Amino acid sequence: MTDKPATGHKLDADTLISFQGVCKWFGHFQALQDINLSVNQGERVVVCGPSGSGKSTMIRCVNQLENHQRGTIHVCGREVYGNMKQLEQVRREVGMVFQSFNLFPHMSILQNVTLAPMRNTKLSAAEASDTALHYLERVQIADQASKFPSQLSGGQQQRVAIARALAMKPRVMLFDEPTSALDPEMINEVLDVMSELASDGMTMMVVTHEMGFARKVADRVVFMDEGRVEENCSTEEFFTGGRGERAEAFLSKILQH
Amino acid sequence: MTEPPLQTRRKLTTVDYICFSLVGAIIAYTIHRVSDVLVYNWNWSRVLNFVAYYDEDSAAFVPNLLLHGIATTLRLAFWATIVAATIGLVMGYLRTSKNLAMRMISRCYVELVRNIPPVVFIFIFYFFLSGQLMSVIGLDDLNKNGTFVSSGVFYTLFGDPKLFSNFVAGALCLALFEGAYITEIVRAGIQSIPKGQWEAARATGLSPLNVLRDIIFPQAVRKILPPLAGQFITLIKDSAIVSLISIQELTFLATEVASTTTKVFETWIIVGAMYFILCYSFAALFSHLEKRALRARR
Repeated sequence: MTDKPATGHKLDADTLISFQGVCKWFGHFQALQDINLSVNQGERVVVCGPSGSGKSTMIRCVNQLENHQRGTIHVCGREVYGNMKQLEQVRREVGMVFQSFNLFPHMSILQNVTLAPMRNTKLSAAEASDTALHYLERVQIADQASKFPSQLSGGQQQRVAIARALAMKPRVMLFDEPTSALDPEMINEVLDVMSELASDGMTMMVVTHEMGFARKVADRVVFMDEGRVEENCSTEEFFTGGRGERAEAFLSKILQH
Repeated sequence: MTEPPLQTRRKLTTVDYICFSLVGAIIAYTIHRVSDVLVYNWNWSRVLNFVAYYDEDSAAFVPNLLLHGIATTLRLAFWATIVAATIGLVMGYLRTSKNLAMRMISRCYVELVRNIPPVVFIFIFYFFLSGQLMSVIGLDDLNKNGTFVSSGVFYTLFGDPKLFSNFVAGALCLALFEGAYITEIVRAGIQSIPKGQWEAARATGLSPLNVLRDIIFPQAVRKILPPLAGQFITLIKDSAIVSLISIQELTFLATEVASTTTKVFETWIIVGAMYFILCYSFAALFSHLEKRALRARR
């Protein structure tokens, strides 16, 4: 699991996400500097780093919520760029969970989960709601299916968001700081769901500060700073001292308590 | 559990009584001055006859010019609102579009309408455009004796068939005019939807059309219903300006009644009261519906 993807840009059949020389600017500020990275089928990659280091920007480039300006990104064998139809195809294979849940407030929990499958595939309402209930069951929230997002706690909303992403049966799941907006007592219920997902073999890319989760679940840790990938090594290596100076400084800051 | 303290009902205080009596005094003084200076023979019944008169033969009240006028005003407002809402929805979306040409077109429309006095806008539209438009879409040769045209349904919806093309011109004028304001309301509504909603919808692979239809518009519409209702009431009031292009709505007929009866004050006071009752009833209805919707959502 310690493959270094920086060299040689050939795409394996197993490679679900690959970044090659990706750069991104916001105005004059360069948010991503020459990112080379790949995520293989079944791999769990945790991305960490100080705020403003480009972690979120990078993960958002995967499904093009941010457009990169240089380099190429391949997802599930397709290059993501411009073409709307192709982009929609990619997005249907990539589930995403946001920091602020972003559930649709005007729809019930069930409708939140059934919407995309019904619109994107020719699933009937009954089939879609069966699938939705299955995934809601999996995140242990099926009994709240008829409620509205505003009636749920943050942790519950985030689990619904996970079910919503899963309902499209994606090949990869992206998590963009999924627990950062949660009250402390709700963090674990979300991390538990994510761990379970990982043990079922889901390919995951997770931006998080939860180092306990990283240590337990991740195969690989990517450490970013100032728009660059500074470390890209196995979890064991990362936590047993095989990390560089900056990663060391970062970890010592967040693991103080 | 302890009970919350009983809320005492708010009562009028001395300050309130002083305010009321001051306002009353000013009104009384004004009336006194006016009746002193103005030697005027008030005659309300002549004008009231033009609202509705008593028909001896059928022994019933028959609506007269002013009530016909208010019916036309309502019809105008109804159709103009539908057209204006459609224009506003499309243009409002284009205002937020990524495409520069689309943004420029909608921006031009809004700025043109908002920076020309309504009266001038209506003259331009009516004399230069609607004359051409009506013959192009063939409204001038409408068969006045067709089964639908001569039916009661048509009369209820569009009024007198003889004045149909005139009515359509008036409604279109108003719609184009109010559409610009609705455009801005819709734009604000769309822009008030958090970025995360767009992202979450796109991230599940929904097509751009579905993102709008399922996620953005339903939420935006809920937010803009109160200002839209307000705009509807504004539209009723603004409809008075199409009297200038001879649409036979309340204000137009009021000028006729005023000149026939020579009772200018009575006519306009009564017409003002009719507009007030109409608009205030709608305002009361909308605020009632809004409160109910708020309660239902809780």
